[in-house]
Amino acid sequence: MPDMPVKEKTAGTENQLLTVDHLKTYFTSRKGLFGRDTSVVRAVDDVSFTVSRCETLGIVGESGCGKSTMGRSVLRLIEPTEGSVVFDGVDVRGLSPEEMRKFRKRMQIVFQDPLSSLDPRYTIERTLAEPLRQHTNMSKAEIHDRVLELMDRVGLQAFHAAKYPHEFSGGQRQRIGIARAISLEPDFIVCDEPVSALDVSIQSQVLNLLRELQHQMNLSYLFISHDLSVVKYISDRVAVMYLGHIVEMAESKELFAHKLHPYTQALTSAIPIPDPLQKKDRIVLEGNVPNPANPPAGCPFHERCKQCMAVCQEQMPAMREAAPGHYVSCHLYDTH
Amino acid sequence: MESTGKTTVDTGAAAEAPRHATSWQIFCRNKMALVGLAFILFWVVIALLAPYIAPYNPLELNFGDKLVPPGTNGHWLGTDQYGRDILSRIMYGARISIWCGVISVGISLVIGTTLGGIAGYYGGGVSMVIMRIMDALSAFPSLLLAIVISTIIGGGMVSAMIAVGVVSIPDYARLMFSQTASIRSRPYIEAGVAVGLKNSQLIYRHILPNCMSQLLVKATLGLGSAILTLSSLSFLGMGVQPPTPEWGNMISEARSYIISGEWWMATFPGVAIVTSILGFNLVGDGVRDILDPRNRSSLN
Repeated sequence: MPDMPVKEKTAGTENQLLTVDHLKTYFTSRKGLFGRDTSVVRAVDDVSFTVSRCETLGIVGESGCGKSTMGRSVLRLIEPTEGSVVFDGVDVRGLSPEEMRKFRKRMQIVFQDPLSSLDPRYTIERTLAEPLRQHTNMSKAEIHDRVLELMDRVGLQAFHAAKYPHEFSGGQRQRIGIARAISLEPDFIVCDEPVSALDVSIQSQVLNLLRELQHQMNLSYLFISHDLSVVKYISDRVAVMYLGHIVEMAESKELFAHKLHPYTQALTSAIPIPDPLQKKDRIVLEGNVPNPANPPAGCPFHERCKQCMAVCQEQMPAMREAAPGHYVSCHLYDTH
Repeated sequence: MESTGKTTVDTGAAAEAPRHATSWQIFCRNKMALVGLAFILFWVVIALLAPYIAPYNPLELNFGDKLVPPGTNGHWLGTDQYGRDILSRIMYGARISIWCGVISVGISLVIGTTLGGIAGYYGGGVSMVIMRIMDALSAFPSLLLAIVISTIIGGGMVSAMIAVGVVSIPDYARLMFSQTASIRSRPYIEAGVAVGLKNSQLIYRHILPNCMSQLLVKATLGLGSAILTLSSLSFLGMGVQPPTPEWGNMISEARSYIISGEWWMATFPGVAIVTSILGFNLVGDGVRDILDPRNRSSLN
């Protein structure tokens, strides 16, 4: 990654674009007659992080840990239950529905499944023109030109404009999704597993496109993925999520060099190493992710943790800075 | 990972502007739909031109020629018990049957789609209330309910149309409800929210167009059954009142003559009902093909 722009390593508050503080998103499901039995699923439970300008924060975790819900909660595509989301000084959760609609042009999203995120009845031109019609006063001709420019920018050709989503390959569809996300020149894009549905050879193309656009447009990404090598490749900082909590967060290099949390250690041991001779110490986790409607007491990971201590079963570990910029939520690093 | 993001390696189609099949071309691929369209056009033309091409006045009584078989004295399809020309009555009946069918389908389509759409989009308590009312409506046998409604409103053609329309509201509401509820959860609706569309824009630009094919198919099929129900109502004496020529009415009057050998009185209006309903059903299938974007693949 030699061509990366020099980024401000000093995370001053003026450089912070997004500040998420104690975000909680709970889902209440009602069962039984008249919904008397309610169970609360804590999809996102007390999550705090910041994203600086031009920074990519990677979010990793296994499926069902609340990564996608968190990304959507930040954009208020799912209404969070508690906590604050401050974007460039604006309290996003305090915006009225009308203000929120207008504010959306500054924060966009790229979806996991590129086909189902495109209206099957819309040609590509119409899909890409929609956000422009909504937020700008551009004339039809200007919108047409802008659509072609966007398509060129993501590597699509002009003749693609009149085609329908089902006529494209997966990689091309994701390029369309990316073109839609950048059409209003946002500051911030939530990439919700943008390459998970693609072939490995196409993944790298799309990842490189995302990086290229980041440099050109000064974008910040919240990059959600279950694929550690993808996250490692694209992220400046990485947060590891487990059962709705962030358990560890650090600069990408620091995190992969010094894995502190037992869960991170187990996750990263699963990354394939392209060397058949190298011995791997794979940590195989036992059991399943606990039911988020009925999380265990204490540390959410303690039931599967090899280093579980008595305190883990009773007390939820607090987030502490174990090394400069390296945050972990684990009793192993409690300072007594 | 050295390839630049911009290169289009995965080109999916030839490098020329795509030519999409026109709606008419897609429709023509379905031969049966063309047959159906021919039936419908036939009846529409007959209905429009009835005053000019009908050989007799449909209401004119002629007791000298009563109950003559087809082909007698210029009565191609014979006459009924009052000597009225069957062919002329069928031609005039086409006007009433098709017009009433369109109106009653229009009533149920507009009201049903609106109610089902609201219930499906907003869900929760709103959908509970609307859909339970729809359930209650459809719990009654439709013909019975139509009889009750047209009796309450007061008989005649207009009340028959309203009755048939109201009776099939739940069908359209249910269809729209299930469609809306399923489309609502698709990612492209969330994508619409993410680019800042309002609820009304989401409904009109994304949800309704994606329900359209099912609704139109349902409506064309419904036209057939609306004509049938209207005929049934007339047959039972609730709908169009004699002596106005209407297909169901004509069969109703003919029923006592079938056994005594005057088969033409019931047969020809029956053929008219069958062909028009068949026509609408076949066209319904063709319309579904047109509205499926997968049939829009480039022609090369």
